[in-house]
Amino acid sequence: MDWQPLALTFKLALVTTAILFVISIPIASWLSSTKSKLRPVLETLVSMPLVLPPTVLGFYMLVAFSPENAFGGWLNEWLGIKLIFSFGGLVLASVIYSLPFMVQPIQAGLSSLPPTLKEASYTMGKSKMKTLLKILLPNIRPSLLTGIVLSFAHTVGEFGVVLMIGGNMPGRTKVASIAIYDEVEALNYTAANNYSLILFFITFIILLLVYLINGGYFKRFAQ
Amino acid sequence: MISLNLKKKLKSAGGQMVLDLKLTIEKGQFVTLFGESGAGKTSTLRMLSGLLKPDSGLIEVGETTWFNSDENIDLKPQQRKVGYVFQDYALFPNMSVRQNLEYALHKGQDKAIIGELLQFAELNELEQRKPETLSGGQKQRVALARALVQRPEILILDEPLSALDLKMRIKLQEYLLQVHRKYKLTTILVSHDIGEIVKLSDKVFELHKGRVIKKGAAADFFGLNKTSAKFRFSGEVLKIQKEDVIYIVSVLIGNDIVRVVSDPIEAAQLKVGDQVLVASKAFNPIIQKL
Repeated sequence: MDWQPLALTFKLALVTTAILFVISIPIASWLSSTKSKLRPVLETLVSMPLVLPPTVLGFYMLVAFSPENAFGGWLNEWLGIKLIFSFGGLVLASVIYSLPFMVQPIQAGLSSLPPTLKEASYTMGKSKMKTLLKILLPNIRPSLLTGIVLSFAHTVGEFGVVLMIGGNMPGRTKVASIAIYDEVEALNYTAANNYSLILFFITFIILLLVYLINGGYFKRFAQ
Repeated sequence: MISLNLKKKLKSAGGQMVLDLKLTIEKGQFVTLFGESGAGKTSTLRMLSGLLKPDSGLIEVGETTWFNSDENIDLKPQQRKVGYVFQDYALFPNMSVRQNLEYALHKGQDKAIIGELLQFAELNELEQRKPETLSGGQKQRVALARALVQRPEILILDEPLSALDLKMRIKLQEYLLQVHRKYKLTTILVSHDIGEIVKLSDKVFELHKGRVIKKGAAADFFGLNKTSAKFRFSGEVLKIQKEDVIYIVSVLIGNDIVRVVSDPIEAAQLKVGDQVLVASKAFNPIIQKL
């Protein structure tokens, strides 16, 4: 059995989750505290991937990043970046596609904290940054964990966007979900089943761990 | 001296309200803002501490201007020297009692004050505990100690005792007075409890729909100086009962119910739930050790 698609899937999921974690905290923090009129617009944009068919997103990215077109050509020519049919392109597409799965739990967590926590920290002379890092984030650990795991699992399960923008290139863009599709098309059911079973159990265990941790089962066990 | 001159449109439970407030507070005074819910008391405190921006006006504390809408001065809450005790205490759940206090230290500040405040607030034995494991009174003491770490000049107390039982309230009132004197603070309290106000404050401002409608020294404010009584207690009317030609008024003072005879004219002015003063001067009370 070829392990490469699985390895690629988890590499993609790890990189995507790491990038998402870093960019989602400022977005979620802004969304949870702003009174700006732009807020509903940004919230809508962040949530769009939840309802939009992945092929729509993949299609537009394919068009935008194609070296045949202005923007893709510019990227290719000036920065030497080629985003279609490459791992970099997959990462970018996955980040956009899984954005709501990271931003929404963090935003919900931050909004659930009493505003006085933040205000108390400000009256003690602490900056917004310090307040976020030392007070707000440590108190929404379950939300952070949920965001990380959902983004990871969602990226593992991605199919449409990856197929559109990455194609099916072994070792570069052929992730497990596409490998399964490939094997089924070739009537190679045993191989498809192997990939599927592995994905099934890994995602089951990851999600189970989240529910156990956030439900406090381990803490109860330790006591 | 603190002088406030604030205008702010507020959305309260009863619709829109314009807060239009002028008040001055002498340095070192213990001042209470009194008034019904939605009168603008908390909003005033929030504007003073920089958590809420007034539409226009002026906030001056001593020689410095904290807010001036004409000159575009608006100090951030981080720059104002205010210790704020929130109604919900706002203790940081991820930190122990000691860490909560240590977080409030400013850069390079001597850590000795932490030990001093823990001692003063009788929190030494609790210093490693997390806030969720503390009782209401203990949380209140942590919040107060934490507000004092930075040695603020102004201490703001937003109904700090409202969630506590009577015994704890009385103990903490004493404690607030001690803190106020020991650290030479200018203290601003929001409270509904007349007994508490009279006991603690030098001066009272009554707010109604965003305006100061009455001010005065605490005892004068509630008319307590009219009687030169030998002893007096404040309490709450529980029941007014007619018996033949007189009325019996049951008053809750502390945890005791006292029954006082009242004539029909006096009784007509009272209703259940009123705060009243029970005083006597014509006889010598008996004191007996329990």
